Amino acid sequence: MFKTSRHKASAMTRVILWMGLPILLFTAVAAGFLALDPLRSLTSGVPPVEALTIERTVLDGEGIALAVRAGGSEAMRIAQVQVDGAYWAFTQDPPGALDRLQSARLQINYPWVQGETHHLTLVTSSGLTFEHTIDVATATPTTSTGMIAKLGLIGVFVGVVPVALGMLFYPALRVGGGRAFQFALALTVGLLAFLLVDTLQEALELSSETAPGLHGGVLVWLVAATTFAALMAVGRRGGSLEGTALAAAIALGIGLHNFGEGLAIGSAFATGSAALGSFLVLGFTLHNLTEGIGIVAPMVRRRPSLWVFAALAALAGLPAIAGVWLGSYAFSPHWAALAFAVGAGAILQVIVEVGGLLVRHGQREGHPWLSGAALAGAGSGTAVMYVTALLVQV
Amino acid sequence: MQTWLKHPMTRRLLLGAGALIGGSSAARLALGQVASPPQSSSAGGFAQHPRSASAATHNTHDGMITVGEVNSARNGFDPHEILTDWDTGIASRLPNGQVLREFDVVAVDKEIEIAPGLFFPAWTYNGRVPGPTLRVTEGDRVRIRFQNAGSHPHTMHFHGIHPARMDGVPGAGEARPGEEFVYEFDAHPFGCHLYHCHAVPLKRHIHKGLYGAFIIDPDPARHPEQEAQARSRLLETSENRRWQEFVLVMNGFDTNFDEENEIYAVNSIAHAYSKRPIVVDRSRPIRLYLINMTEFDPINSLHLHANFFEYYDHGTSLTPTLRMVDTVMQCQGQRGILEMTFQEHEPGLYMFHAHQSEFAELGWMSLFDVQDQPT
Repeated sequence: MFKTSRHKASAMTRVILWMGLPILLFTAVAAGFLALDPLRSLTSGVPPVEALTIERTVLDGEGIALAVRAGGSEAMRIAQVQVDGAYWAFTQDPPGALDRLQSARLQINYPWVQGETHHLTLVTSSGLTFEHTIDVATATPTTSTGMIAKLGLIGVFVGVVPVALGMLFYPALRVGGGRAFQFALALTVGLLAFLLVDTLQEALELSSETAPGLHGGVLVWLVAATTFAALMAVGRRGGSLEGTALAAAIALGIGLHNFGEGLAIGSAFATGSAALGSFLVLGFTLHNLTEGIGIVAPMVRRRPSLWVFAALAALAGLPAIAGVWLGSYAFSPHWAALAFAVGAGAILQVIVEVGGLLVRHGQREGHPWLSGAALAGAGSGTAVMYVTALLVQV
Repeated sequence: MQTWLKHPMTRRLLLGAGALIGGSSAARLALGQVASPPQSSSAGGFAQHPRSASAATHNTHDGMITVGEVNSARNGFDPHEILTDWDTGIASRLPNGQVLREFDVVAVDKEIEIAPGLFFPAWTYNGRVPGPTLRVTEGDRVRIRFQNAGSHPHTMHFHGIHPARMDGVPGAGEARPGEEFVYEFDAHPFGCHLYHCHAVPLKRHIHKGLYGAFIIDPDPARHPEQEAQARSRLLETSENRRWQEFVLVMNGFDTNFDEENEIYAVNSIAHAYSKRPIVVDRSRPIRLYLINMTEFDPINSLHLHANFFEYYDHGTSLTPTLRMVDTVMQCQGQRGILEMTFQEHEPGLYMFHAHQSEFAELGWMSLFDVQDQPT
């Protein structure tokens, strides 16, 4: 026993020693390369590459504030700022040059006009320009209690209300029998498939708005895959998921999706593009109604108590409120892309689990899992999501 | 979903759809005021108009200005000195009695700061943009030894009367890097002229900074019928010393090379004369040598506030070509002389700027500080 542990310890030391060698060599090679700079002739006289990403815009009585992130090959400087083709005085915090991936806040005392479009151009010290458009200027929500409550209300209508209402289909599903159960499960798979595509697309679109140095696109795929693997591992510890546990997993996946949706809606309200109004919010309510059905589908054969329903509704719906708040006050595209990526991984996990249940159910009942009812269910799931999405997407 | 966040047209589509469904007033009630503008006034949510905190600047811009100061020492030229630093060359007399004026001009590549913190990889004559203001008298023999220490072939093409060999175009007076060329001609006609590089590509060679003022003062002996006017133009005569003369070269800089100027100015530095106005004596008349060397935009202009001036197009006449105007327009390469007085005005700041608001807002904005007996 003692011997083996000592043996183990010495093996560990050897591993560490052997790992040290390549690291040491790399450091030496890097130092030599930088000192000799053999590629100097390739880059002499070439100006450094510069990139600048505008991550957030705040409009208030003080004018326009921008959160920017640099992404150049070297530290870069914002020399001047144009708003609508005119140079305007601005302050930068922190001042001075911006290192690679460093962010700063610019404040411009510009008399912006409610409801109109403004074009900003940031001119760097080398004369490069980076443009940003405020499509519809409107005051960024303040942090007053009233405003927080109103934004919360949007979250309730986007997340909690539709999920809770969708759950009311539960009694109808129960009376339907085996075929209806199969239909409901397939419907869930269909709607989840829609959400998966939608969420991934959202994540990738947002990642394209992040600073290029952050490699947002790669990060989205990695985070989604990792989330999927982790949730699968956790969910499968006690065998395959069924019943309330599966319902909870679905609620979690949908909750993550609704969090992302809340982020996007919140940031839209904050940037004025959702001066589109209440109709849009109602559209989301209708769109997300199906989610409630999906959550309760695996529980049709059980008889869970009421608090289980309440807890599931909260798990799936409340994140939307948090999302709207975060999106309104602290939106940044890379965090939003990550939230959507996590959501995509979680949704994929529940698709696998619900699909598994569908197959097992078919085996138990002695009919093929790919029945007419299942096909009709999956078809209706995606169709309903698509049609209701027309209300919120153009 | 991201799509509707981005496109303003979505609003119209959704409002249309909302009307179809029967309005959204009920939901609007439920949601309170979130969806409606925070302020009903069309003036917008910008509550008060904050003042710029910068003490070094004047209050005429109200925040609409570049931030910071250009380092003239590093640039090697000061826009306030460019206003009046006439280069009359080294004068001598030829055997036939004609005055010979000799100049040395060197083309060099040089990074210059054209607005605070904003650097432009310029091509320059004598390390400055605009190049030296060459000032001679009608009938002088002018000899310019032009050396090209830059990285591309360059020329000096003078607007004036000269032989084809001296035109300063590819094939006639072009100096390749490391070479030199001597331009020689008699100064004709009198007026407010210019020179610029005429190597190709033309646009690039001009907008990179290769241009300058070339002023030929009239010889009073040749204009007996208008001798007084001619003497007032001729540098260093007693009549001329009464005048406050300034050279203003209107130019622009395309810093990102998209064939549109990011910076507009007179004498290169954006807002140079609005951050530090040109001080003038109220009792003495003002003469401006105005030259348009702006690239990419077909015209540029000067508008003077609270006053009118007389204009001599190209400066080639001693009687005004335009009387009592407060705005003058010049196409690329056009120039002229403006004469004005503030004698009847109260002291104070008087603006002048391009009346293309776009140019004015991108740097071509200036001020006269009219004073009684300025120091």
